[in-house]
Amino acid sequence: MTDMTTTAAAAAAPATDPNAVGYKMTARNVDVYYGETRAIKDVSIDILDRTVTAFIGPSGCGKSTFLRCLNRMNDTIDICRVTGEIKLDGGDIYDRSVDPVQLRARVGMVFQKPNPFPKSIYDNVAYGPRIHGLTRNKADLDEIIEMSLRRAAMWDEVKDRLDEPGTGLSGGQQQRLCIARAIATSPEVLLMDEPASALDPIATSKIEELIDELRQNFSIVIVTHSMQQAARVSQKTAFFHLGNLVEFDDTSKIFTNPSEERTQDYISGRFG
Amino acid sequence: MQALDFVTAPNLALVVLALAVIGYIIGRVRAVAASKGDPSSLHSRPGYHAAFVFIWTGLPALVVLAAWVVLQPFYVEPKGYEVFPKSVMESTTQPADLKMDVVKSIAKALEDFSPEQREKLVLGFRDIESALDRAGVAVAEIDQSYMPRAAQVIFETRQSLKPIMAAVVLGLAVIGFIFSIAVVSRRMRARNRVETAVRGMLIIASSIAILTTFGIVFALIFDTIRFFSVVPFQDFLFGLTWDPTFQGADEEGHSVDSRGFGFVPLIFGTVYISFIALLVAVPIGLFSAIYMAEFATPRFRSIAKPVLEVLAGVPTIVYGFFALVTVGPALAEFFTNTLGLEAQGRSVLTAGIVMGIMIIPFVSSLSDDIITAVPQSLRDASLGLGATKAETVRIVLLPAALPGIMAAVLLAASRAIGETMIVVLAAGATAQITANPLEAMTTITVTIVNLLKADTDFTSPQALSAYALGITLFVVTLVMNVYALRIVRKYREQYE
Ligand SMILES: Nc1ncnc2c1ncn2[C@@H]1O[C@H](COP(=O)(O)OP(=O)(O)OP(=O)(O)O)[C@@H](O)[C@H]1O
Ligand SMILES: [Mg+2]
Repeated sequence: MTDMTTTAAAAAAPATDPNAVGYKMTARNVDVYYGETRAIKDVSIDILDRTVTAFIGPSGCGKSTFLRCLNRMNDTIDICRVTGEIKLDGGDIYDRSVDPVQLRARVGMVFQKPNPFPKSIYDNVAYGPRIHGLTRNKADLDEIIEMSLRRAAMWDEVKDRLDEPGTGLSGGQQQRLCIARAIATSPEVLLMDEPASALDPIATSKIEELIDELRQNFSIVIVTHSMQQAARVSQKTAFFHLGNLVEFDDTSKIFTNPSEERTQDYISGRFG
Repeated sequence: MQALDFVTAPNLALVVLALAVIGYIIGRVRAVAASKGDPSSLHSRPGYHAAFVFIWTGLPALVVLAAWVVLQPFYVEPKGYEVFPKSVMESTTQPADLKMDVVKSIAKALEDFSPEQREKLVLGFRDIESALDRAGVAVAEIDQSYMPRAAQVIFETRQSLKPIMAAVVLGLAVIGFIFSIAVVSRRMRARNRVETAVRGMLIIASSIAILTTFGIVFALIFDTIRFFSVVPFQDFLFGLTWDPTFQGADEEGHSVDSRGFGFVPLIFGTVYISFIALLVAVPIGLFSAIYMAEFATPRFRSIAKPVLEVLAGVPTIVYGFFALVTVGPALAEFFTNTLGLEAQGRSVLTAGIVMGIMIIPFVSSLSDDIITAVPQSLRDASLGLGATKAETVRIVLLPAALPGIMAAVLLAASRAIGETMIVVLAAGATAQITANPLEAMTTITVTIVNLLKADTDFTSPQALSAYALGITLFVVTLVMNVYALRIVRKYREQYE
């Protein structure tokens, strides 16, 4: 058994200069504390541009926590403290001069639990474009809404009832509504926390198609509990365990020939 | 006579309860015996059988006893009135029911007297005057000999009813006792029956609140009807002058100028002052609630919230003081000297502002709880889309919390409408209709106080008008609450 931290760091060590083109986000030596509890331990990782990065790992290992660091959603939790360095396009997102509100417009998020607003389906999707003033008129907005709902694979289901409350939809529909809402703001990075956990296979494959399509322009980070999904949609995979980043590499390598025993065990279902 | 002295409603209730407790124990023992050592063979656990016996022994008997106590006067009092001379019965200046109160107090005193003392009462009550006095009877009110005689009749009727009451109540208890003990068996569904009885009691408890509401209406309605027989309904409802002439009323109230009972100035004053109060309280209360819920640090919140709530506990007379000696003069000074307007200390504005300060905590504290209760996931959703905190509050939290905030505002409004002390001291008692907030004005509640505090005769049209005002106030607040509930329900449907 090798020493955990050194191997993790070695596995995650970036091969090239983090500020070079192609790196959308870079994290260095990130620690996250909830009060006294250390939930993320010295994680360094690079999120590539136009790439899907999958976070896998057993429940409670800190995937959501780390994901929330990437758009500073952890700021909203009083007891949460983040140390280390996270950069977006070379700029430190935890710098004093950075407005977390603007950051979150660039780094969008789909939450683990669907959380539609108690407003109409239309207003839910229109929320981001409206507050950021992305459209000039109603026709523009209508277009964004239709496109977002189409990409989230639910336009046909809801096109006739756009003024019904989003909270009246089924769990899976709500999840897709939240995805539509997130992509309507056209973020540069999209963080998705188990976006397909309540979806049937058809909707899941639609969402996976969407992720693949979004990859043309954005970078995407997806947390998933499904190995197959990670293998299907991602190019890079990070395996977390107990707050450590155990292994981060090309997805094909992680799923065929992982260098860590714990990764091998997790992927083959021996624990977690 | 000795035995009859024991027969009082509380004593009977105690006996019934004692029997019920005995029944409880026996029921339990019988149920355990019926199980023959195998508890699972019982349909219901022994405790339920015991409760079943307890309920059957106690409940019917106690319900009948309560009904008896409530209904007995309706039988007894007419017997007493039969003794009253015609002149007393027909007098309109001094109603017969006031005399009956004296008679009843004598009858009550008789229960504690010895037989000799009772005899003396009818012969000439002066002999036992001091004894009556000690028993709490207003001896000076006993003006004629018919009173002791009526008291005697009432006393005797009551005594004659006692054995019947005892027999009925105890009989019921014993029947329930025997019946319920007899049916204890392994398969008896005691649990279901006890549940039914418990549900019945819960229903009764919840209907007490409803019955009280009806009781209030009932208490006001007769005098209100009497008032409207003197003053026409439309004159009251649409009259523009409130100036009841206190001298002109005769026995029937015919000479009273019914045009003096115009209700409009009073409701106008009430609504105007409450409106100003809400104008002050809603923005301040709501903004402080938003600050407390969304922006303040937990430390600040834990200090500021209780302090703000202290405002709600300050007696309204203190606010009245504050209005009278501080706010009123300051406002008058400001308007007269700075703006050159004519203003006095007592005005709608003074009362409205101080009342507004008083109801701030009602708006802020409730709204704060309601905003805090909006799920965190909605805040996350909004912030995650790049909204600022203020945008999140405005677009997501306030709409989601709106029904609750509406309820808080309506609660505050009904406080404002019902408020009396501040208006008495700060707004004056002039009933008038004017849009000028610097004028004195009065409200429904203050008018009621003024009508009833003068020690007038409660049957004059002036006093009766207080009942009409009371019931109007009741209806106004009722309509407001019903309306509020409908709004709340509408939004709740939309948001769930
Ligand atoms: N708001 C919070 N306050 C305190 N501790 C927290 C909070 N959120 C998460 N944690 C703790 O941080 C650790 C990591 O939680 P996190 O939600 O990141 O796990 P996860 O990998 O997303 O798990 P899952 O797969 O079940 O979603 C857990 O031990 C959790 O108890
Ligand atoms: Mg998670």
